[in-house]
Amino acid sequence: MGDVILKVRDIHKRFDSEEVLRGVSFDVQKGDVKVFIGPSGTGKSTLLRCLNRLVEPDSGQIWLGDDEITHAVDIDGVRRRMGMVFQNFYLFDHLTALRNVEIALIKVLKMQKASARELAMSELSRVGMERFAGKYPAELSGGQAQRVSIARSLAMNPEVMLFDEPTSALDPELTGEVLEVMKKLASGGMTMLVVSHEMEFAYSVANEVLFMEGGVVVERGAPREIRNDAASDSPGRFERTRAFLRRIDG
Amino acid sequence: MQNALIILESLPNIAWGLFTTLGLVITALAVGLAVGLPLGVIQVYWGNSLFSRPIAIYVWFLRGLPSLVLLFLFYYGLFPLLGVDLPPFFVGAAVLGLRSSAYQSQIFRGAILSVDQGQMQAARSLGMSKPCAIENVILPQALRIALPAWSNEYPILLTDSSVCYAIGVMEMLTRASLQVSRTRAPVPLYLATAVIFIIMNYIGMRILRSAERRFHIPGFGGS
Repeated sequence: MGDVILKVRDIHKRFDSEEVLRGVSFDVQKGDVKVFIGPSGTGKSTLLRCLNRLVEPDSGQIWLGDDEITHAVDIDGVRRRMGMVFQNFYLFDHLTALRNVEIALIKVLKMQKASARELAMSELSRVGMERFAGKYPAELSGGQAQRVSIARSLAMNPEVMLFDEPTSALDPELTGEVLEVMKKLASGGMTMLVVSHEMEFAYSVANEVLFMEGGVVVERGAPREIRNDAASDSPGRFERTRAFLRRIDG
Repeated sequence: MQNALIILESLPNIAWGLFTTLGLVITALAVGLAVGLPLGVIQVYWGNSLFSRPIAIYVWFLRGLPSLVLLFLFYYGLFPLLGVDLPPFFVGAAVLGLRSSAYQSQIFRGAILSVDQGQMQAARSLGMSKPCAIENVILPQALRIALPAWSNEYPILLTDSSVCYAIGVMEMLTRASLQVSRTRAPVPLYLATAVIFIIMNYIGMRILRSAERRFHIPGFGGS
């Protein structure tokens, strides 16, 4: 048993009349990679956003390490410890790739310009984007932009990385380069929560796959079990996951 | 021939007013920016605060009243009431500037709203506070988006500045009118004044266009 780095208990969130999250709980150990799958509109993205409180949960509790962060006053301090990668990248459009990575180092961590630049450059090389340091977001392909956005989060040296459908906005031929970077991160021991339907990724690096539907985690298990179950036709523990996976496979 | 002489003789005096006119315009642009930008930011990001109603009323009044009415109200009413005795130039610059701030606040509000909300989310997810994100992420983009619309404030203020004639600021129109009453030759002198205005308009617009190009970033707007 490793250290529990993130503890999530009974998270609820309602938007107007719709309860998007209806009691989600799970633990994350240091170095875990958890992949959340499920039909759209089941609250996966909202769940990730509740974890760093870009969306305020209505009730429930979240611990990051030993700190209860559900009501933390210093939310900026909490967010610094969690990186987030968005479906649409959200690179800062007015800044070059390099400036995108270094700006939070300078403005949030108060690093010196020179050392921020050095760190930003090394993070860009980590995702294979050092040659594009001087390019603006509009000049990058989707896959390149997403790799820069991963570097931007990594530069803050987060304890946990949250990935919200990181490849969903990409053309199929561009998802590979992003998944490669993510796999490298995972094998480097980064704790990752990933909302994604890239099952090949889930099967190869996840510790656990969580299937969400209707605002709750319906089924969860080791990727190997889920893959075997999905391939079989006899009744098993993952009926709904199996049905879902067959639907998205077409 | 006689007209040419009149123009030649009066022109230095009128052209001297160019500095006053430019002074009015530049001061008003600066006041408008210094007041209008914070108002636009507050309207977008602190829209539910107790400031929002007063700001809406401020914008409503300053955009809703003719500049001449405002000028008279300030010159004969507000400033004497406050016991401030300022030369007409400052009253004129203040009125033009505050009026411009109301328009500018809406230019900035619109520009800020047109920045993708994801930019703010990404900034906050990195641990930036709201003011830090506004300063470093939102405004650098919003100001670029705003620049073409903001540039309109220059010709508007340049032409509007002539209302200060009414309180005796020695800008170009005031000086032209004084020359007209001396020489009794309105057409050549007002024509000469018009030419100066139109040239100043042209030069200003060229400067603003080059500023747009100077701050251009790939993927941002046209040109």
